[in-house]
Amino acid sequence: MKISRAEVEHVAHLARLHLSDGELAIMTEQLDFILGYVEKLQELDTEGLPSTTHAISVCNAFREDRVLPSLPQKVALSCSPRHNEEMFQVPRII
Amino acid sequence: MNLYELTVAEAMSRLAAGDITSEALTRSCLDRIDQVDGEVGAFITLDSEGALEQARNADVERKQGRGGALSGIPVAIKDLLCTKDMRTTCGSQMLADFIPPYDATVVEKIREQGGVILGKVSMDEFAMGSTSESCAFVVPQNPWKKGYVAGGSSGGSAAAVSAGECLASLGSDTGGSIRQPASLCGVVGMKPTYGRVSRYGLVAFASSLDQVGPLCRDVTDCAILMNAISGHDQRDSTSVKTEVPDFSSFLVEDVRGMRIGVPREYFSAGLHPQVEKVVRSGIDLLRRAGAEVVDVALPHTEYCVAAYYLIAPAEASSNLARYDGVNFGRRDLQADSLMSMYKDSRSAGFGAEVKRRILIGTYALSSGYYDAYYKKASQVRTMILRDFQAAFESCDVLVSPVTPTPAWRLGENSDNPLAVYLSDILTISANLAGIPGMSVPGGFSNDGLPIGIQIQARHFDEGALLRVAYTLEKMLGVSRMPFLG
Repeated sequence: MKISRAEVEHVAHLARLHLSDGELAIMTEQLDFILGYVEKLQELDTEGLPSTTHAISVCNAFREDRVLPSLPQKVALSCSPRHNEEMFQVPRII
Repeated sequence: MNLYELTVAEAMSRLAAGDITSEALTRSCLDRIDQVDGEVGAFITLDSEGALEQARNADVERKQGRGGALSGIPVAIKDLLCTKDMRTTCGSQMLADFIPPYDATVVEKIREQGGVILGKVSMDEFAMGSTSESCAFVVPQNPWKKGYVAGGSSGGSAAAVSAGECLASLGSDTGGSIRQPASLCGVVGMKPTYGRVSRYGLVAFASSLDQVGPLCRDVTDCAILMNAISGHDQRDSTSVKTEVPDFSSFLVEDVRGMRIGVPREYFSAGLHPQVEKVVRSGIDLLRRAGAEVVDVALPHTEYCVAAYYLIAPAEASSNLARYDGVNFGRRDLQADSLMSMYKDSRSAGFGAEVKRRILIGTYALSSGYYDAYYKKASQVRTMILRDFQAAFESCDVLVSPVTPTPAWRLGENSDNPLAVYLSDILTISANLAGIPGMSVPGGFSNDGLPIGIQIQARHFDEGALLRVAYTLEKMLGVSRMPFLG
């Protein structure tokens, strides 16, 4: 086994997902299978090779320091499931 | 001939000549949608009234001698490109009610040039899939054969163009999501070089791989659409400041002196014999037209799926962290703590494939596994990029199949995600390397399913793709309109 049910449960918590018992069983099986497949990469010797995170790297993408129109507060709040006209609202955290 | 069957170029010239109006053209597409979309299933959101109004405006502008390069042309937009005041779902319950307050840059460009936006078309949820079956709202089917997939993730974009519901569409390609459905539905699709087209307003899946591109009825239209959407955008810091050529200038039926590389790994076991036959005939035609055909190797091709299915989920797990129920998207309003708000909103909003990829990505980036998974995959990505650099020393373009098989039945492999991932093996490498790729119709399988030919080129050499595709199109003359309704 590449990954256990407990590990999948832990990763789900990190990703802020609930999984039902049924989902957990299926995901564990499928993730195990997929992680088994990607093990293939270990066949390659990559010692000392640089990583590619972007195939075409753009360095220092500066623009002119000029104020441009941006979303007004009211519009920025308009897509929020809960707000009070001034702020986004969330359940009490303290 | 029905107006909806016109290409963009044909429609533009008839509009300019005053033979037709944009209103009539748009009505023809809307009638066609009304007639066949119950079967095709391309549209998630249709804006008939808005489209007719845009069309009438385009007609007025044209009379006044104004109007841009797409003035009055009805197009469909993949439902992950933000459209101001028009619902943008990304195929997910998470964004079922999301109405963006702004347009994606490419949508803004289409509007500025007079394009008529008919509505938003189906896709796999968050563009994660190869069949569009994970869309939470409507699953498109292949206009060429009932019960077969249109491909994905831009399945709605390809099906809508193929079925005559619009003249052209926009899609996005993270691992083949424009080229694969274009191939399966018999239309032309291009994934431009990474950075050629702005990603601003594209709902992010894997930011280092995503690229917006057109799906069209022919190669000429593809060049027209590329002219309309390309260019640097200061709102996308990864878009590249490089000159944009007039893509129409590459529409020449002449491949003399071009070196066509045939990557031997793309013709390995598992390739459907009819796909191989269509692609080999295309290569023969190019040879006869004066191109030099050379055998090339891309030795790390067999590792691309493994690298991709770590890198793309890793980036996705990070990008999709924004769906926390606070700023936009679905929220469980009953939740009484922050943690349960996050978990309840996300668990109800995301479908199975999205959850699966978030889990893979979170795992690959998690403490203790980063080096073995994400870092290793990023190094293999370097090897894949170098494969292409070496191949392009001996050729100008690569010609190959797009997918190992023609379209398959809806529902097939739905419980085996890895089998579906493996069907992306011929398209994924271009995204990892950032190079441009294209699918052009090459022929049909014995049971009438379209088969595309893939062309790939060096960074920013979309011109070479268009030149080869245009030449193939002229020589092949593949029929583009399926019988429906």
